[in-house]
Amino acid sequence: MKAIYILCVRQLKRYVRSPARIIGSLGQPILFLVALGFGFKAMFARAGGGNYIDFLAPGIISMAILFNAVFSGIEIIWDRQFGFLKETLVAPVSRLEIVFGRMLGGALVAMAQGIVVFVICLIAGFRVKSSPILPLAIVFMFLIALLFAGIGTVFGSMLQDMQGFPLIINFLVMPLFFFSGAIFSADGLPKFLQFGLRLNPLSYGVDGLRGACTGVFAYGLKTDLAAVTILTAILLGIGSYFFSKIQL
Amino acid sequence: MGEMIVVQDLVKNYGEFCAVNHISFTVPEGVIFGFLGPNGAGKTTTIKMLTTVLDPTSGSIRVNGHDPTREQKQVRRSFGIVFQDPSLDDELTAQENMDLHGILYGVPRAERLKRIDALVDLVGLGDRKKDFVKTYSGGMKRRLEVARALLHAPRILFLDEPTIGLDPQTRNHIWGYIQQLSKDEGVTVFFTTHYMDEADRVANDVAVIDHGKIVAQSSPGELKERTKCATLEDAFIALTGHAIREEEANATDRMRMMGRAWRGGGRR
Repeated sequence: MKAIYILCVRQLKRYVRSPARIIGSLGQPILFLVALGFGFKAMFARAGGGNYIDFLAPGIISMAILFNAVFSGIEIIWDRQFGFLKETLVAPVSRLEIVFGRMLGGALVAMAQGIVVFVICLIAGFRVKSSPILPLAIVFMFLIALLFAGIGTVFGSMLQDMQGFPLIINFLVMPLFFFSGAIFSADGLPKFLQFGLRLNPLSYGVDGLRGACTGVFAYGLKTDLAAVTILTAILLGIGSYFFSKIQL
Repeated sequence: MGEMIVVQDLVKNYGEFCAVNHISFTVPEGVIFGFLGPNGAGKTTTIKMLTTVLDPTSGSIRVNGHDPTREQKQVRRSFGIVFQDPSLDDELTAQENMDLHGILYGVPRAERLKRIDALVDLVGLGDRKKDFVKTYSGGMKRRLEVARALLHAPRILFLDEPTIGLDPQTRNHIWGYIQQLSKDEGVTVFFTTHYMDEADRVANDVAVIDHGKIVAQSSPGELKERTKCATLEDAFIALTGHAIREEEANATDRMRMMGRAWRGGGRR
């Protein structure tokens, strides 16, 4: 247990100590928020959708968490290259403790980043509806973070170097983001895209977060919570399995 | 005195390539054992298998009486290691790196803090322990890694080219301490090096490995006698020939280059 704790603390320390990283990874969500949020606001309202920022903000928060969490898993590659991974692999603790510590630390960092983006969204005009389910927003943020820390860990454990990194961003992370209902709703999409959205784990995370904040769910609270919880458990398992197979 | 490391008929194949080819050797407890060989001879591959991070293709290994493929925890508790490449977290301070290690190895808090202080003093980093490792020179990092490897009081110390890139002062300092440790506490030392004078000076026993096979094992004195050479370096060349070895850059090396280009020695 102590190993999980200290490896988690390590990642939090590294995060807090790197203002460049904190500010750097805010750039993309802010860009999307401003460009899409203000760009489509009038059109969205004219189409009868209401306030677009309210719709978009949970998607942008999820995006910040998604990118940071996947990156925390990919960091295994950096640790492999810069040596620290070896130090943990020869330690007399189970691989499971090591990988849990890493994923938990990565998830907390991603969530912290999500909270910063949340605050920025509030400043940009995101109106949260106070309700008994509002605290669930934090739960959904944490589950999204863990889920994608798990996915990042799978790839971080499989890849030997950073050559494959753009591949993951462009063919996994970006499509997961765009087809999650983060920036547009599933209503009125072609059938095959609606089906794609249904298969995307992030869809349930975004919908859960949006529902907790605004009270409007597409799939329903229970479905979202169940889907995200189950998928997170599965991905943590798969991530741990791949990590335990690492050899130097 | 028992045997600390027993290797029998050990093989590691990477596809068609045979990195370690049916080697057998033993390292008695308390000796300083030099594992010598040209680049790509199989030294690091052997150390990886001894230290549980790489599974052998076949053969058997005993480290401190335990099998690294099955009793990993017992083996891991037995040894401390200084890797060929750095393995510190640059974003943490020396103290934090040491503390993290102590916690991973289950060293109780009071003892951990006491030992950390003693060890960082011993390697001459006492007044720099609160500094980030990224501000350290190569030599300081090495010294810190030696201190870290000893924190949990291991029975065996693995050193994979521990003195590479260090000035003579630092080399002598490190070896002086390791020899003392071996004498006082009976710690077994298993090291690799390309500096034959160093091996000659500190090792009680050496094994020479080439093309994945052990070509000689004895004391440095006997080796020189047998090959009728004046120095261990000449004996080494007599045993392994003059051909210069090629070692393929692995993914790690390529990545390090890319990492450097990318971050320009930046924040990490």
